[in-house]
Parts: sequence; C-alpha cells; structure tokens
Amino acid sequence: MAELFERITEYLSYPFVIYALIVGALVALCSSLLGVTLVLKRFSFIGDGLSHVAFGAMAVASVLNIKNEMPVVLAFTIISAILLLRTGQRARTKGDASVAMISVGALALGYLILNIFSSSGNLSGDVCTTLFGSTSILTLTDTEVWLSCILALLVVGIFVFFYNKIFSVTFDETFARATGTKAGIYNLIIATVVAVVIVLAMNLVGSLLISALIVFPALSAARVFKSFKAVTVCSVILSVSCALAGMLTSILTGWPVGSTIVAVDIVFYGIFTIAGFMGRLSAK
Amino acid sequence: MALLTCTDLSLGYEGRIIVQGLCFEVNSGDYLSIVGENGSGKSTLMRTVLGLQPPLSGKIETRDGLKLTEIGYLPQQTAVQKDFPASVTEVVMSGFCGRAGLRPFYNAAEKAEAASNLEKLGISNLAKRCYRELSGGQQQRVLLARALCATKKMILLDEPVSGLDPLVTNEMYEIIKDLNTHSEITVIMVSHDIDAAVKYSSHILHVGRDCFFGTRDEYLGSDRFALFGKGGSDNG
Repeated sequence: MAELFERITEYLSYPFVIYALIVGALVALCSSLLGVTLVLKRFSFIGDGLSHVAFGAMAVASVLNIKNEMPVVLAFTIISAILLLRTGQRARTKGDASVAMISVGALALGYLILNIFSSSGNLSGDVCTTLFGSTSILTLTDTEVWLSCILALLVVGIFVFFYNKIFSVTFDETFARATGTKAGIYNLIIATVVAVVIVLAMNLVGSLLISALIVFPALSAARVFKSFKAVTVCSVILSVSCALAGMLTSILTGWPVGSTIVAVDIVFYGIFTIAGFMGRLSAK
Repeated sequence: MALLTCTDLSLGYEGRIIVQGLCFEVNSGDYLSIVGENGSGKSTLMRTVLGLQPPLSGKIETRDGLKLTEIGYLPQQTAVQKDFPASVTEVVMSGFCGRAGLRPFYNAAEKAEAASNLEKLGISNLAKRCYRELSGGQQQRVLLARALCATKKMILLDEPVSGLDPLVTNEMYEIIKDLNTHSEITVIMVSHDIDAAVKYSSHILHVGRDCFFGTRDEYLGSDRFALFGKGGSDNG
C-alpha cells in the first residue's frame, strides 16, 4: 500500500501528469453536466453521432496538414450539432435515423480519407488514438491545457446561468414555448455546448467512448436521486471521481486511459442501480 | 371587454385546412369548453391560441394586457416526464421561467407565489416529493399549479382528466371550477367529455364541420348537442 502511494506521488511530480488530471477532471465535469439534459431529453445518441463527426473532421484536418486542428474540428462539430438538433425537432421519427446516418457516414469517410491521403507511417496507430484516446492526454501542450480550462469554465458558466431555463426546456418543451421561453435558442445553446464538450473530450477518451462520459454519470445519478438539482450535482461529483480514479489506475497499470475511465463509470452505474433498487424496496 | 377574441380563424398545417371561419371570444371570468370529435382541430386551435403555430388566416387578439405567452397551460403528459427526476417544487417553479426572462434565478416573490399556488390546490404537503412517484391525479395538480404560476388571468387545459379514475376526475373538475369562481381565473378547457363540459362550463365551442359557439344553455338547445352530446354520453 505504501509502495503504491509512493508511486502515485512520484507520478504526480511530473507536470504532464498533473495537466492530464486537470483536463480529465474538467472534461468529466462538463460532459456530466450536459449528460443530465441529454439523457432526459432522449438525446443520448446525439453525443455519439457528434463524436463521429468530430473524428471525420479530425481526419480531414490532419490530411490537410492543419497544425492547430482544434478550432477546425470545433467549428465543424458545432455546425453538425445545430443541424442534428434541428432535424430532431421537425420530424421526430426521422431524428434518430439522421443521427445514425451522419455518425456512421462521418466515421467511414474519415477513415477513408485518412487511408487515401495520409502520409503517416503508422496509420492504424493514429486511427486507434483518435478513436480510443490512448496516450494523447499525456502529451498536452500548455496552449491545449489553457484552452480546455477556458472552454470548461465557459460551459459551467453557461450551465449555471441558464440552469432554470435548461430545466424548463428539458422537462416540458411545449409548456416552455407556450409560456414565452425561447426554447429554440436554448436548444441551440445546448447543441453548441455539447459540441464543445465532445471536442474537449476527444483528447481524453477518444471519439468512440465519449458517449459513455455523457451518459453513465447522469443515468447512475438518476437511479438514486429524485430532484433535478440533486441528480445534476451527484452526476458531476461521480463523473469527476470516476475520471480521476480511472486515470490514476491507467497511469499505474498502463491500461488505456479512455477504456479504464469508462470501466469505472460502468462499475458505479451497477452500484447506483443496486442502491436505487434497495432504496425503493425499503421505501415500500 | 373580451380578454381573447378570435375572428375568422382558419387553422391547419402547410396549407391543409382543418377548420375554417372560426369566431369566438372569451371574457374575463368565463369557463369555455372546446369540444369536438377526434381530428376536428381542437388541438390545432389550442396550439394556435398558445402561439405555438400561426393561424393560416384570421386574427387572435388579446386585451387587458394579456399576452398569449401569459396563458397558463396544462399540457397532456409526455413520455419523458414519466421517469424524470424532479421535485414538485422544481416543476412548479418552472412556471415562472418565461416571465423571468434573462434573469437566471427565481426571486422571493415567485417562491412565495409558488407556495401559495400549491396551497390553493391542496398539495403543499407534496412540495418536496419526487414528481415521478406521484399518482396521476397528484401529478395533474402539480402541473396545474405550474400553469397558475405562468399566469394571473387565464389557463388553458388540454384534456385535464385523461387517464384519471372517476373519483379523481370529479375532484379535478371541482378544483378547476373552484379556480374559476373563487380565484377569478378564466378557464379554457379542451375536452371530449361532453357531460362535464355541459355541467361545468359557461360557454361552449364545438369545433367541427359546422362550428358552434355560444353559452351553455344555447348549446343544450342546439342540433349539435342533440347529435354529438347524446352519442358522446352513450359511449362514455
């Protein structure tokens, strides 16, 4: 035990490890905030679809040899988010089909473009990194860390400022519209913020596993807690703890970062499900 | 003076007309029931009055400083709400969302008003409970309290008793009548329950191929009631 503790302190003395932990915690925080809304609005799949779009955008950016690819990917993902959420509103039945189409389409085209045009010697390694995150979180530059911090702060700020509106639009959009809340604008804000979070999270868990960060903490929290506020707070705490635990485990064991974090999330989902079940039993 | 006047309304989607030449007005203190067969355009009319969709032609006018967004609305429950983790207080407070504008948090006056609306509907004891764990009748009262928070003058109820058992249905109708008489809230109710419409409301709008608008007594003497009302009560 003492030896384990020593190893952790040793790793924590490296700035890149600290960077990784900070960015990881921030990403987990933002994604879980939005996760509550997305899960309750039945939009869980938008996260999945958008992450594949981000992968496609990343592929295009790297083929075009754009050095700082984050802004390009961000712009592309935001536009897709807005388009996806709008089609989802107009024709409910086609919403999930269009998400499926765009998500698989972007994934396939992204891989195709990389294959045809990439000059990299280690193509499958590159693709694997983008899809599953792996070590890129440990090679963050100063600029990337700062950018992540600013974006995360922005996401939290927007969420707190519009908290009551987001609740209203999530719980009952028709009522919100009828009583003068501009639901369209808030949906737009949600879409934009989702896109930002996904691009942030790509560094951490890669584009295939982002949905897990968005969905698991919110679902776990909703099993046990009974008010929107409690679910949101619990989901944030749970998500950040799982991310930190997952990252430390992965640093110590050498397991892939993204998958380890998601595995921790899954374990806690199981625990919360049982806790919620016990809670209902004892209430009866 | 009428609070709400609709003149020569045509309603429908993308050029497909469902109802034409609809004229009616709602005065302060009225209890208007909107009845009609399925697909007759009741819901479309309701969405238009709420400002959720524009009329194909015709005019909706409001007076006495009433805006369309200040009509308290009791919608039918959605699938999303069935397992939504929210406390009763959170749901009721969201009635102020539109009124609060860009102000991020609710103020003390709004909190007090929400509490008094809960009291009015006899559900103060539920304030801390979880919305999804309540019975159908209790949930309906919570949504009614939310509608009251969004208005001072007029509420619009969409099938307020659908899915409730007979006992709770009667309770709900009594609560609505009570709001109408004692709290001076103008009520518009969309319903297919003709018996209740005739029993409780002051005016009736029958939407369909030939629209009827008039007081309850005029409606009882009309052909529309003879045709639709009897059939409705046989089925129901």
